[in-house]
Amino acid sequence: MRASLARSASRHTLVWVLGSFIVVPLLYAVVSGFKTTGDLTTDPVGLPSPWKVSNYTGILSSGDFWRQIGNSVMIAVATTVLTVAAAALAAFAFARYAFRGREFFFTLFAAGLMFPPAVAVLPLFVLLRSFGLLDDPLGVILPQAAFALPITIIILRSFFRTIPAELEEAAIMDGCSRFGFFWRILLPMARPALGTVSVLAIVTSWNNFFLPLLVLADPKWQTIPVGIQQFQGQYSTNYALVIAYIVLAMVPAVAFYAVAERQLIGGLTAGATKG
Amino acid sequence: MTSTFRGSAPTDDRPRPAVRAPRGRARGAPAGRRLRGWMSATWFLLPALLLFLFFVLIPIFVAFYTSFFTWGGFGRPEDFAGLDNYRKLAGDPVFRGDLWRGLFLVVLSIAVQLPVALGTAVLLNQRMRGRAVYRAVFFAPYILSEVIAGVLFGIIFLPGTGLADTLVRDLPLVGGLAGGWFSDAGTALPTLFAVMTWKYFGFHMMIYLAGLQGIPPEVLEAASIDGAGPWRRFRGVTLPLLAPTLRISVFLSVIGSIQLFDLVWVTTTGGPTHSTETMAVTMFQFGFKRYQMGYASAISVAMFLISMVFSLLYQRYALRRDLQGAVTSAGGRR
Repeated sequence: MRASLARSASRHTLVWVLGSFIVVPLLYAVVSGFKTTGDLTTDPVGLPSPWKVSNYTGILSSGDFWRQIGNSVMIAVATTVLTVAAAALAAFAFARYAFRGREFFFTLFAAGLMFPPAVAVLPLFVLLRSFGLLDDPLGVILPQAAFALPITIIILRSFFRTIPAELEEAAIMDGCSRFGFFWRILLPMARPALGTVSVLAIVTSWNNFFLPLLVLADPKWQTIPVGIQQFQGQYSTNYALVIAYIVLAMVPAVAFYAVAERQLIGGLTAGATKG
Repeated sequence: MTSTFRGSAPTDDRPRPAVRAPRGRARGAPAGRRLRGWMSATWFLLPALLLFLFFVLIPIFVAFYTSFFTWGGFGRPEDFAGLDNYRKLAGDPVFRGDLWRGLFLVVLSIAVQLPVALGTAVLLNQRMRGRAVYRAVFFAPYILSEVIAGVLFGIIFLPGTGLADTLVRDLPLVGGLAGGWFSDAGTALPTLFAVMTWKYFGFHMMIYLAGLQGIPPEVLEAASIDGAGPWRRFRGVTLPLLAPTLRISVFLSVIGSIQLFDLVWVTTTGGPTHSTETMAVTMFQFGFKRYQMGYASAISVAMFLISMVFSLLYQRYALRRDLQGAVTSAGGRR
């Protein structure tokens, strides 16, 4: 009994030590946002005195911050809708149809997993410029959706395959078209899987930096990661203010994580084990 | 077959009840329906194919094409340079340094980050109070963007006045690190690795946890009845059964290191004196700061080829059994 108690105590201690490396920087950020930059650099460890809220309130009352949040939300939602719609249709074909070249096309998509998006960024820029999509949210949405397709198709296909063929045959006997079956029966059944891939797509889009940095030079369209980088450049020595900015930028991500934790982790592990 | 609704997920095409498709490439639908199947399958595939073609495949071909030109990025590339860009690339010490730095990050990830993540996963797989909270805490940095992590740690590692210096300055052994971090060419890359670890540790831990949960407890019990202690159980049962998950996490680490950009750009932009520069950063520098698009395209192509060759070899030799139906093994059957 005592031995197991000691073991449990040492386990907790170990987790706390490891966990402190994760938590301390985050706590430091939240607290530092309440300091003046002078306090922050003379005493990085101590608590602020007095607690200064103007860093946070100043940012919250600025239009730039909210516009960036709005842009990020809009781009993430549009990317996700497009990704999931296109991937669900394709995954349906891959899971349910037999057609010549099926394996070739599926392999083509699956190979997309191996291409780091950074590889395509430069030619994408050139291409988007010739399409007139620079400084246009579509210039970020379309490529993001394209790069999210492989993982989304793979996860959805393996889910669609678990739904018995009898169901489809019965639906078709009852006069349902292929698309009708897909739309009215398969998609509602696939809601958990759709949730998972949606959450994955939202998080990827929300955190994307490289592509928006290149495509969205106009501040009107800047997303939150690009906005952070700009803000850092602008207030490079006002560390407390910069920290307050990133703390506020963390809030939507953390809130989303709290709501969608299960789906996100399900998606990552499915994605990781499926390829 | 009718009884299993969603229970046991088949890993392969299920046999059809009444009419069986002839064996061959086109399985999964009765033969008579095949042609119609192909026609309507096209409509289902079209949106995804178009997106993929225009924004993934064509850009990669464009990169190949422009890499053979000396091109400033405006107008059409006309100044054909043959393999000049690649010759220059091969002799460029910064690019060669990128390769070494990438390798350094990969080796450190595999040697340090992954084993610790595995240990933590094993720890948090046991029954303990607050387990869910611990997991959530370790995972939290993963959902924050690399930009947030980069800006935060840029401030934490400020020489002289940052949190890291204050904490470390008076300690033995590590006290000498104070003042260095990102600002010293000798310590910048390890510091970058530390931030990467902070950001991605929880992700690897989480996929290991998922893998651990897939190990049937009976197997471990059986080993325990046979007299295997905890270490032997880990070595003999857990580790081999976790191998597919480990291989995937190594794969993701390597691909991630090849394309590392955001974190570097926000913290050091590659400096001091190229000590943290990655291939993606070099590419960005040449493409968008110096307008040498042809040369930058050659770097893109090099990144593509490196990740491609690595992926193929890795798939061929390490992932073959894990990725059923994904890439190498067409349709899950060989």
